Amino acid sequence: MTAATATATAPLAPARRLGVVAGLRHTLTLAWRSLVQIKHNPMELLDLSIQPVMFVLLFTYVFGTAISGSPGEYLTFALPGIIVQNAFFATMTTGFGLNNDLTKGVFDRLRALPIARWAPLAGRILADTVKQAWSVSLLVSVGAILGFRLGNGLAGLLGAFALLLAFSLAAAWISVLVGVLVDEPDKVQIFGFMVIFPLTFTSNVFVPTDRMPGWLQNWVEINPVTILADALRGLLVGGPVAGPALQSVLWAVGIAAVFAPLAVRALRRRV
Amino acid sequence: MTYAIRAEGLVRRFGDTTALAGVDLAVPTGTVFGLLGPNGAGKTTTVRVLATLLTADEGHATVGGYDVRRDPHRVRQLIGLTGQYASVDETLTGTENLLLIGRLLGLGRAEARARAAELLTDFHLDDAAGRAAKTYSGGMRRRLDLAASLVGRPQVLFLDEPTTGLDPRSRNELWDIVRNLVADGVTVLLTTQYLEEADQLAGEIAVVDHGRVIAQGTPEELKAKTGGQVLAVRPVDPADVSTVVAVAGEVAGTVPEVAQSTVTVPVNDPGALPAVVRRLDDAGVAVAELALRGSSLDEVFLSLTGHRAEEDTPVNALERTPA
Repeated sequence: MTAATATATAPLAPARRLGVVAGLRHTLTLAWRSLVQIKHNPMELLDLSIQPVMFVLLFTYVFGTAISGSPGEYLTFALPGIIVQNAFFATMTTGFGLNNDLTKGVFDRLRALPIARWAPLAGRILADTVKQAWSVSLLVSVGAILGFRLGNGLAGLLGAFALLLAFSLAAAWISVLVGVLVDEPDKVQIFGFMVIFPLTFTSNVFVPTDRMPGWLQNWVEINPVTILADALRGLLVGGPVAGPALQSVLWAVGIAAVFAPLAVRALRRRV
Repeated sequence: MTYAIRAEGLVRRFGDTTALAGVDLAVPTGTVFGLLGPNGAGKTTTVRVLATLLTADEGHATVGGYDVRRDPHRVRQLIGLTGQYASVDETLTGTENLLLIGRLLGLGRAEARARAAELLTDFHLDDAAGRAAKTYSGGMRRRLDLAASLVGRPQVLFLDEPTTGLDPRSRNELWDIVRNLVADGVTVLLTTQYLEEADQLAGEIAVVDHGRVIAQGTPEELKAKTGGQVLAVRPVDPADVSTVVAVAGEVAGTVPEVAQSTVTVPVNDPGALPAVVRRLDDAGVAVAELALRGSSLDEVFLSLTGHRAEEDTPVNALERTPA
């Protein structure tokens, strides 16, 4: 063994605490790690890209005429909602990745390092936000090619992204909770499929509320997916923004208030 | 003498189960200390408490002079952890894994890269540096795990069952690495189920069972502790094993162990050997192998705990993090 492992070089007295700046640096490094993973697992990028694009293409051309009269009209109606649906699915990657780290032992290795306690989670969420941004850009670009026009220009797009981000950060806590509670990563995906699929379909993302049976309409109207989709329609296409946007923010705050403490408590118990 | 690790009366419960029932340890700086015990004995829980991953319900511990509960951040700056559970990221390459740790420890980009390259060379992972860790063999994985825990040049290294599941060659390689680290002045706390491993590496061994240290000393002291010797007899015809068991048992006064048609029994009386030979001869049993030897650590373990080290105890699952 050479100098590489010549350890025990007496270091300076170790610092007692960590600064916030150091914590942010750890967060960035850990976000880098999550993003580099994509390089080695191209399937993940396909997952992030193909599913949303496929949904846009299928719904626009298969259901478009039947629901809205023409694919073009339907695209305008559905694209904001498809962006919302995709964001819901994307939050599950946080729990999936976290569960992977917990079951594989990566999380313990990170916790034994002198880094900020919150950095592993924050780094993961930051990386997932970048992935989210990628999906939204992709969806808007594909939409544009198919004829979707932004009604409020760049400001509307940025506003939509900000709102989506706020909501995703709140919903990520649900994902973290699931990721901590289940014993293997695949179960996070099963949860996502079983809950997010019906949740996003029983909204006005794909079909206008008034085309559904009455009992279902009651639910659709209060479904946060509907509210967020309405807000995004307002921002991206045109129409009322303030009402649905405010309600979306309230939902986000509510979800975070309930699930963040639960998730943190579950994580503390598990590790 | 200075102690790199001290623990007094560590108690840790998981629900109704007591994983640690009062563990005391004192590991002198610059030595290898072996924590020996079966699955579920409390070895991993002990390491997790000392590595700041878990807080003890009672008792206290210091690592490098810092209290693990009051000063965890300082302790984390001194330690390295490699184990069954503290693992590298399988999706990253060897280089990326070490870069990640280096950057998290505050090394600059170039510095982290140099350190990663250095460690990969030392651990013979040069050729695999650019490959995802999930493509590595078991031995390569452990070497990368160990390299990852050495990025920060720790003073105290925790190795939790570092060779479990490795083939003998990889195991020997890992042992050599550990010996070199100690030569460089690192203090190593090693947990193992393998008595041979503790015997090979550790200057001092604590035998743990059911969350307690039940014996402690150098390997020689532990071997001497059982005092007696072991008589081993292997009959030519495996069908004679039961006869051998009966004879050896009667002479030694305890129930012998049988493994692959070799019968072993602890004996204290030097006259036992000729007595057994005579009686086997009378019984017409042809003997392929007959030996009287000092007790191995395996037998020490057996005599201390009443069960074999390799046995899985039912509490096995409890050492893992409860999901």
